[in-house]
Amino acid sequence: MHQLLPYIPAFPILGFLVLSLFGRKLSKPVIATIGAGTVCLSALITIILGFSFLQTEPPGGVYDQLLWSWFSVGNLSVDIDLRVDALTLVFIFIITFVGALIHIYSAFFMWHDGDYARFFASMNLFVCSMLLLVMADNLVLMYLGWEGVGLCSYLLIGFWYEVPSNCRAANKAFLITRIGDTALLIGLFLLFKEVGTLNISGILHQAPDQFATGSSNIVLITILLLAGGMGKSAQLPLQTWLPDAMAGPSPVSALIHAATMVTAGVYLIARMHVLFQLSPVTMVIIAIIGALTLFVAGCSALAQTDIKRILAYSTISQIGYMFLALGVGAWSAAIFHFFTHAFFKALLFLAAGVVIEALHHEHNIFMMGGLRKRMPVVFITFLAGAAALSALPLVSAGFFSKDAILWYSFSAANGNPLLWLMALAGAFITALYTTRLMLVVFWGETRTPVHRQPGQGMVIPLVVLAFLSVTAGFIEWPHNMLHLTLFSAHVQKVLPETLLKTTLPSESLFQLIAALVTLAGVFLGYILYYGKPGIRWQQSPALAGIREFLFGGWKFDQLYNFLFVKPFVFITRINKSDVIDKMYNGIAQAGLRLNSWFSVSQNGSLRLYIVGVLAGILFIITLQLLL
Amino acid sequence: MIDSAHMVLMVATVLFALGLVGVLTRKNVVFMLISVEIMLNAAGLAFVAAGSKWQQPDGQVMFLFILAMAAAEVSIGLALVLQIYHQHKTLDVDRLKELRD
Repeated sequence: MHQLLPYIPAFPILGFLVLSLFGRKLSKPVIATIGAGTVCLSALITIILGFSFLQTEPPGGVYDQLLWSWFSVGNLSVDIDLRVDALTLVFIFIITFVGALIHIYSAFFMWHDGDYARFFASMNLFVCSMLLLVMADNLVLMYLGWEGVGLCSYLLIGFWYEVPSNCRAANKAFLITRIGDTALLIGLFLLFKEVGTLNISGILHQAPDQFATGSSNIVLITILLLAGGMGKSAQLPLQTWLPDAMAGPSPVSALIHAATMVTAGVYLIARMHVLFQLSPVTMVIIAIIGALTLFVAGCSALAQTDIKRILAYSTISQIGYMFLALGVGAWSAAIFHFFTHAFFKALLFLAAGVVIEALHHEHNIFMMGGLRKRMPVVFITFLAGAAALSALPLVSAGFFSKDAILWYSFSAANGNPLLWLMALAGAFITALYTTRLMLVVFWGETRTPVHRQPGQGMVIPLVVLAFLSVTAGFIEWPHNMLHLTLFSAHVQKVLPETLLKTTLPSESLFQLIAALVTLAGVFLGYILYYGKPGIRWQQSPALAGIREFLFGGWKFDQLYNFLFVKPFVFITRINKSDVIDKMYNGIAQAGLRLNSWFSVSQNGSLRLYIVGVLAGILFIITLQLLL
Repeated sequence: MIDSAHMVLMVATVLFALGLVGVLTRKNVVFMLISVEIMLNAAGLAFVAAGSKWQQPDGQVMFLFILAMAAAEVSIGLALVLQIYHQHKTLDVDRLKELRD
């Protein structure tokens, strides 16, 4: 079975090569077949691989395929080596399966775009990089994938590059994630210096012998790795790029900025869990960052008016939940939330894309309205996604994963009532803004007419994802309901079990509270937004300041502008003519001066030139005779 | 008779000086070309003299080279002179001063 591994990333890279080299000459149906077909093939192979993995577990729980040796310097040798264990299997399933659905959707969504081939080439390259990231056996190869997905994210955010603001958003995403990437790279160097290998299983094996728990080295390394994860996963304080990244096409937001790339940080931390367990301080930091992020981003989502920005902030908030779960040591709960989140958030973005297309590229939710009757399929699928996002009890996948995180944030050994309260507040806010989004977009009166209904090719991915958004949670039930824990049993082949506190209150009580809070959020949204055409309470001046503050994402952009951009511009301005510049300017000045002196001699008189030549010859001969 | 080679070298020097003065003083481009030819022949004469002094064939071989080169140079030079006359209707170097700063 392990011979199949290389084909999973090979098909997308093949698609990328064909489309980028010959894309201009191919017709649109051929491009769509290559672009979506390669990813579908990868998904097929992944599913075959997954079945065989689940039926007969390979020795050591790992499929391993060494392709070739990449480079070897001194005592560092890096191989191109693919490795699939239980954790990676979850990720490659999401990447290829959700990726394939999104590619099929994009084939129809992007049909009228002039740069069809470039879009699919970038998407295929992204899928390949993301697969390399999660399948890499060593951290160097993982870093290659890590940078590859960053590059593709940049290319696809700026896909419509004619609009300057899109290019700015792409630059912003690239630069801010680069801060995290640099920290990650330094972390990898430090890790290599300490452990002497970059092989993942080698590191995980040696780390407990190498580092004492909580020693300064391991704390530094894990914090640097965490910073890398924070950049990619848009966690506080590096979250500001994700809302702007919505400048890209909707399928890009669904694939890169909801389902896969932004969870790379979660993967990194889960993959290196042994290191993080050795550093309890970092675990606490992860949990706090997650809790703060989910709250901050959730509040921002409340005030947004752009449908995609609402979803972007909710993505940041949901990844905050994953970080919170990682931080309290609920590894499998974090990965489970990643699993369900990929389905419902991809679904929401794709459905939002359909709505935006149908309404002449209208992004403002207050210009939509009344779509329930006119786009029933989109309404039902969006409802399934929204139910999962707000974690409606028992009928949505989001409930099972989020409930587990809420429970563990209190009950896990590292858990804390404060973290639980933050997560609970986040759950309330999530339900509130999801209800607001649903009611404003799908109920009320029509404000913009529907000009195009989505085609079959776009509806089918929506329906599949909607089905999964409802049912994907049923593979993992809370302990007090059903003894069905397929997912955590699977993931815990790699990740450690969640340690619980010794004395605990009843889990059912917590579930009841979580469910009530969610329903309260939905109810509040219903009171505030149902059947309120003018939504007058929003215009009150007392709230305007708060709304403005939240609309700007807690003014982080302005803060960074003030803290970093302005001083930087100031320093560069006063340093514009420094010593080194003076040297180069001096060379240029001297050249000009010499030119003006000697150009006098170029007067066109042939005789003078001959005299010059003669004088030169005489000078050289004299010199020769004298010396 | 002091040294025949010495005498020939003297003649070559005089020829060269004559050619040089011609290039420097003449105004007409054709005469400047002729003067250059005289200088070339002076150099050739010096080669022949050196060849006879050392009893080596190299000097005469070099002269043949110089002859061939001079022929080529004159053909190009005359073609240029023709073109200059076509375009400027003059061959006075003091008036052909367009290439200046």
